[in-house]
Amino acid sequence: MSNEITGAEIVLKSLAEQGVEVVFGYPGGAVLPIYDTLFKQNSIKHVLVRQEGGAIHAAEGYARSTGKTGVVLVTSGPGATNVVTGLTDAMMDSVPVVCITGQVPSHLIGSDAFQECDTTGITRPCTKHNYLVKDVNKLSSVFHEAFTIAQNGRPGPVLIDIPKDVQFAKGAYEEKNKIIIPSHRLFEPSPDFEKNKIEEAVELISKAKKPIFYIGGGCINSGPKASKLVRELINMVGSPVTMTLMGLGVVGSSDKNSLGMLGMHGMYEANMAMHECDVMINIGARFDDRVTGRLDAFSPNSKKIHIDIDESNINKTINVDVPIIGDVKQVVEKMISVWKEKKYTIDTVSLKSWWDKINKWKAIDCLNYNNEGKQIKPQYAVQRLYELTKNTKTFVTTEVGQHQMWAAQFYKFEEPNRWLTSGGLGTMGYGFPAAIGAQIGNPDALVVDIAGDASILMNIQEMSTAIQYRLPVKIFILNNEYMGMVRQWQELLHGGRYSESYTDSLPDFVKLAESYKAVGLRAKTTDDLDDVINQMIETKNTVIADIWVTKEENCFPMIQSGSAHNEMMLSKDQKQDKKSAEKGKILV
Amino acid sequence: MNKSVYASPDQVSETKRHILTVLVDNEPGVLARVIGMFSGRGYNIDSLNVAEVSNDENISRITIVTHGTSEVVNQIEKQLLRIVPVHSVTNLNREDSSVEAEVALVYIYISENNKKKVYELCDFYRARKIENENNTTIFEIAGASERVNRFIKEINEITKVEIVRSGPVAISSIHKNEEE
Repeated sequence: MSNEITGAEIVLKSLAEQGVEVVFGYPGGAVLPIYDTLFKQNSIKHVLVRQEGGAIHAAEGYARSTGKTGVVLVTSGPGATNVVTGLTDAMMDSVPVVCITGQVPSHLIGSDAFQECDTTGITRPCTKHNYLVKDVNKLSSVFHEAFTIAQNGRPGPVLIDIPKDVQFAKGAYEEKNKIIIPSHRLFEPSPDFEKNKIEEAVELISKAKKPIFYIGGGCINSGPKASKLVRELINMVGSPVTMTLMGLGVVGSSDKNSLGMLGMHGMYEANMAMHECDVMINIGARFDDRVTGRLDAFSPNSKKIHIDIDESNINKTINVDVPIIGDVKQVVEKMISVWKEKKYTIDTVSLKSWWDKINKWKAIDCLNYNNEGKQIKPQYAVQRLYELTKNTKTFVTTEVGQHQMWAAQFYKFEEPNRWLTSGGLGTMGYGFPAAIGAQIGNPDALVVDIAGDASILMNIQEMSTAIQYRLPVKIFILNNEYMGMVRQWQELLHGGRYSESYTDSLPDFVKLAESYKAVGLRAKTTDDLDDVINQMIETKNTVIADIWVTKEENCFPMIQSGSAHNEMMLSKDQKQDKKSAEKGKILV
Repeated sequence: MNKSVYASPDQVSETKRHILTVLVDNEPGVLARVIGMFSGRGYNIDSLNVAEVSNDENISRITIVTHGTSEVVNQIEKQLLRIVPVHSVTNLNREDSSVEAEVALVYIYISENNKKKVYELCDFYRARKIENENNTTIFEIAGASERVNRFIKEINEITKVEIVRSGPVAISSIHKNEEE
């Protein structure tokens, strides 16, 4: 047929039809035909990373900051195995990513060829779905299905493995709207979904005396409209609301109903309110172990409503009374209309005394820390960063550890999609490439990676990427020369034996920045801090700001492993009872 | 027990045997997805059976025998449904009426001493002789797993045997009637 094109051309054409503007990748032998086709076109921009692991985190950062699907292109063998961490990360945090991997030619598969690996086998448990495409004529339909699956229902990563001969072979291209995806392969709630359950839930809320909304990342994945609707519902009820690490920004921090984050390092008032509430409304969260603490003491006296798009999250760890399967914005929209239709009101007297109780917990001021002296406290560094960037459109990414928790506690988010952090998998090295992706997707915004000295070194090679594409990403390192969270657990649970958690032989981060022709800044005392932050913001270049913070600061408040919501530790002096400490030690 | 890093607070319900039948698109890797989900999440497979059941629609039926509390089996069903090529999951324990059967091939060592007993037993269980050579005979027995178990137990008391079993396949009778 005359209108046949090569597999590589089908790849590019499919991406273009799917509206893809940017691909993060790294070339290699098994994807050369695709790179050759990429060279001959201008509609799709390619961002060359310095290690494939960076490509997939960048795609995640791009996806989460823009709401679009992130696309990754890497070669076979090591190219594919290097993206496994990022795929797992995207799977855990429900990020829509399509990852294209090259594969050795079809006839060599199974022969242990150079740079061959069983990519679909390795990635099966860490993708929502994956494909090995052996027929060039199926390539375009696989691509269109892959994008739909990545975005549909609970989003996630999808991988397409393409042998090199298929990239060269000629075949027919089928357009997106000609592809019919069977309904069982997608999540498609019927229009009248869960009507009775929604009515039951709304009635339950109207009768609550001590309600609390527990908001998760599902609200962000459902799109900006979902956040608006969730805010509307909460305002109608006048109920307190707490958010998970993934849900920060769904309700603004300054909102009068917001109690901030809950969970292991969440706010005291949020955890106490979860413990004592009588109706809990979980919207798009999954009762993660970082949130629940000890299960047998989790919110013992409440009726629980759980809205989730993934049915497997219902009754997985916590049994609920009213499960609702569906997309947040559709379900919440219906809840609002039921509330209005039935003219429900809430018992304002009870609600008032509930708020009085909560305000007493708030008065404990759980984030309070000793800020004496010239040495910079890490909490103070994040507070200053927030104060000096709050009037700018700012995206914050993080690595994983103490700095991540301080960022979650002290940086105030008013909008969804502005906060990008690895929650489920907890991937050190996520933040910097994610910031690169966020900056590519939002060229005019300020993008700051709040990092630790240990985490940043896990993907420091991406400095080259940031410089090559002139990305003014800011790396804000809270440098305490420790893997801080490891050190904190060793202090609290392992007798202060700091086994391998001191990060010896750190580079000079200022010189490191300069060696990449970026700008390096350093703050050693509180006197330098504001100047460094301001200079960092004003610099139109990649910046590493090395903030020397107190070395042995702990992240509080904390629910230690094995403890319950109402057993929060507010400071080091408050010891966990020995029995639950011993039990907790074996947990993660 | 529910799966969590923390012990489950709920009363642990009784562990039972469940038969799940899973309809899947017959595409490469689909079996690996199903069994990978079991091993990855720490669930049990007691037996497993796969075969294509419809040529035109390219659909296979997987029959899985597992055991667990009702919470665990619930979770297994939901996790199976997350797999993209899975059409449907039916827990036959929840159906009012289902029929199950399996096939075993039994290689029996026969001597003059036990010959009579063996043939009587095989007759009783309606095991069919399908090969006869020298001192050994291969019998085929089909039926519910319990019946096969009993047969094997009794024949073992008489003589040495070697066994291969298909594991059960099952179908819901009620379900079929409703569809028609």
